This record gives sequence, C-alpha cells and structure tokens, in this order.
Amino acid sequence: MTDPPIFEAQNVSFEYERVPALRGLSLTLDRGKSVALVGANGSGKSTLLRLLDALSFPSNGSVSFCGDRLTPEQFRNDEYAISFRRRVALVFQNPDVQLFNPTVFDEVAFGPLQMGWSSAEVIARVDTTLDVMGISHLRDRAPYRLSGGEKKRVALASVIVLDPEVLLLDEPTAMLDPRSQSQLIDLIQNWKGSSKTVITATHHLEIVEDIAERVVVLEQGAVVATGSPQEILSNGELLLRANLVHAHRHKHGEITHSHPHVHSHGEHKH
Amino acid sequence: MSRNRAIGSTLVGITRALGHALVSEQVARQPGLLQALDPRVRVAGLFSLVLAVTLSHRISVVLALFCAAILIAVLSRVSLAILVTRVWLVVLLFTGVIALPALFLTPGDAVFTTPGGALRITSQGVATALLLIARVETAVTFTTLLVLCTPWMHVLKALRAFRIPPEVVMMLAMTHRYVFVLAETASQMFESRQSRTVGVLDGPTQRRITARTAGVLLSRSIELSNEVFLAMQSRGFRGDVQILSEFRMRAWDYIGLTAFLAAGALAVWMGRR
Repeated sequence: MTDPPIFEAQNVSFEYERVPALRGLSLTLDRGKSVALVGANGSGKSTLLRLLDALSFPSNGSVSFCGDRLTPEQFRNDEYAISFRRRVALVFQNPDVQLFNPTVFDEVAFGPLQMGWSSAEVIARVDTTLDVMGISHLRDRAPYRLSGGEKKRVALASVIVLDPEVLLLDEPTAMLDPRSQSQLIDLIQNWKGSSKTVITATHHLEIVEDIAERVVVLEQGAVVATGSPQEILSNGELLLRANLVHAHRHKHGEITHSHPHVHSHGEHKH
Repeated sequence: MSRNRAIGSTLVGITRALGHALVSEQVARQPGLLQALDPRVRVAGLFSLVLAVTLSHRISVVLALFCAAILIAVLSRVSLAILVTRVWLVVLLFTGVIALPALFLTPGDAVFTTPGGALRITSQGVATALLLIARVETAVTFTTLLVLCTPWMHVLKALRAFRIPPEVVMMLAMTHRYVFVLAETASQMFESRQSRTVGVLDGPTQRRITARTAGVLLSRSIELSNEVFLAMQSRGFRGDVQILSEFRMRAWDYIGLTAFLAAGALAVWMGRR
C-alpha cells in the first residue's frame, strides 16, 4: 500500500466575507517535493497556504494531510494540533506579523516552548538554528529593529527550529533586495535536503527554477496548470493569461513590436 | 510652525516614545534590586504598594511611599531622568487638569479669593488636589518600575501565576508588541499624506483627514491582530504563555515579598482617616 500524499485538496472553495478566494480547487502534493504555487495577486495562493496550515478551513470541499482530513473538530484535540504544528510550518509574507517576541532568541524559542520541550533542549535547538541561519549575532536584538532581510531570516529560523516535515512559504522573497533574495533561497535549499516538502507561493517567476521541481499555476482561485518549471515557464500564452508576464513593447531599429516578457536570472529572452 | 508640521511632529514624537518604551527591555536585563527578585514577587509586591497608595488618606504617607519608589528606582538602576520625562511630568499635566476643579469646588476655609469673590480656593481643596496628584504620581511610578525592571513576557507569565485569565494576558501581550507597529503605521500614513499636501490645511479639513486616518488605522489594526494570532497559532500556540525562564522562589524573594507586603500594610494602617 502506498503512502497517502502529504496534502490533498478536493474541490476546495473558500470565501472572505462572500468574496470568493478559492473556487473548486483540487490539488495533490507529494511528500518530499518542492512545489511553487504561482499566480498573480489575488489568485488564491496565500489563502491556499492558510488552508494547508489549517489556520482556516474550506467552506466547501476538503483538505487532507497525510490522509487525515483537516477540520476544526480535529484541531480541538490538543495532541493532534501539537503534532500537526510540529510537522507543518508556515512563514508569513509580512515578517512583522510573525515577530512578536522581545528578542530574536525568544522569537526562535517560541515554537519549541509551545511544543513542551525541556529548557535545555529548547536552548540547544535555538542556538543551533541561529548558527545554521547565520544570525547568531542577532541573538539578543529586538526583531522589530532588524532590516527586512534579517527579519525574513529570523521568521524562517522561528519555524525551521521545529524541523518540520513541510515548510510553507508565502512570498519569501517579497520586498528583499537581490542579494538577500539569493541568500534566502540558498538557506532554504540547504535546509531542505531531500526529505522535506517545501511549498512556496510566489509571483516572482525568476526564482521558480531555483526553488521548485513542480509548478502549480493558480488563476482566480483555481488550478489552471501544473508541470515542471521548464514546461510552465516556456508557456508564454499561459503566463500571459495568468497575469504572470506582461506584454513588452520595444524597438528593433525602426520597428516596434511586443511579446510576452519574462524576467529570468537577469537575462531577457527576446 | 504650520499646523500640518505640528501634527507631524506629534506623531513622530509618539513613535519615538513607543520605541523608548520597548527599549526599556534593556533596563530589565541589567542587575538591580528589583531585577534580582522573582517576577511574581515584583508583581505582587509593587501592586500591594499601589494598593496601599490608593487606600492611604494622608498625604505624608503617600509622600513617604513616593520616596520609597525613588529609592527602589535608584537601587534598580532606573534613570530618574526617564521617570521625570516619561512619568512625573506627563502625570502632573494630566492629573493637574483633573485636580484643578477640586481647588475651587471643595468646601472649607478660603486661602485665596478672586477680586469680587466669584472664585475661592480652600485649604481643603488644596489638600484634596495635592493628595490626588501625589497618589497618581506614586502609583504610576511603582507600575512603571515594574514594567521597566521586568521583561514583558515575565510580567505576563507572573500574571498567569496569579490566575489572570489567559485571554486577558494575551491581550496585554499583543497590545504591548503591536502598539509600536501601529504607531509607526500611523506615522507613515501621515507622512504619505504630508508628501501629497500643498500649503496649510484649514481646521475642518485637518480633522476630517485625521478621522479618516484613524478609521483606516483601526481597520489595519484589526487585520494585523488577526494575522498575528494566526502566526502564533501556526507555531503551536494554544492560549497559554510559555516562556523559557522557570520562576523559582529563593530566600531573597521571600524576604523581598515580606518587606513589600509589610510596607504596604503599614502604609494602609498609618494612612487611615
């Protein structure tokens, strides 16, 4: 008998005060894979991540984790809730939302403390994580005083410290300069190894090949395509329709023409 | 200075003041009298003194407690400049306004009468106003010492130890952390408006814009608080504050607690009518 997929969403719909965010979305995500959820703003990427992290529940349809259907009733069971939170972690788009402790050390220790780990274990794990993330020098700093890149690193450290099986990342490179973006991607890659599942929501196509083996394209709350990064990124018509690329007008000599335009690793393919 | 600039400076001032409030975590980490005590002793001890201040009816007793507060501040290495600028002057201003009518309205022996006899200040009125100001100054000083000398998470955990409901404790935690983010947002919103404003706006326009800004800020604060709660939930938060430090009562803590409670009880007894 084969293991169930790490996540399975079946005909999922979700609304924010009668405004639909997901419309009959179905998706299967396999264990140990890196997946990029791409789509324009408002396509439902962040909502889907929240449903996968069981922070919200579908108004219709179902989301399952390792074969267990995620429901509010399920999360009233402390044992299940703690086990799920230990295995699945979400890094929010806005790091200020995630950094609510007085020091970086306290911030990274927050998750392990909720898990009921011993003080000695918490201290050891936090110190190791700070070291791995290259932020040991920020240990006693107040998170709200850090730069954007440092905040993202601390937010990432605050969930990686739990060594989750699944890491959900919401626009991890948003508002970062190119160098910080590159460092963050390297950190995620180094941490991931081969056994972890990393699901990244982004509309930055230039990072997709670096972070994912599989790409899921969302449009208006539904999956419109899945495939390898090469398959998706080479489908200009799909990307244009999903608002992920823009028509680029430029001149060759005296002739002006336009075509879909993708930014990829600083190189324009015309 | 134009009115626009005046409001801008005020907002910048608020942001800076909140930043200072959070920097007080640094004071809590240095060695000192209060810092050496168990956080539960600090909470129980200082609140017992606050209670004693409010129950004392003699100004001499309240002033003695005020002197005790200064002594505790010095021994806990809290800068008196911080207390003067952030507590005493502010409290004096606000409480002074509240206490002012008591000077004229309290019946008693007149010590000053305005020409024509329309208003008269009574000695009983002066005593009442002074007692009110002294009480508020002393109570706020004790509370500020607690917050300055105790990391906020320890205050919260100590409150839980006294069976304060977790919901209340979490509200305090959120307020403390995100009041800074919201003040910064308010400041940015004002700066953004300032950058698109030409000339000086009249009073009604200023008030209309301020009301709209307040409305938007309220919506943002609700959204932010929801997001923060989800972020906490995502990392396993189940409604109870867990922190690394385990509180442990030592002989010094018992001595400190006894001293606080004895001082509070003595003040109440000596300050009775």
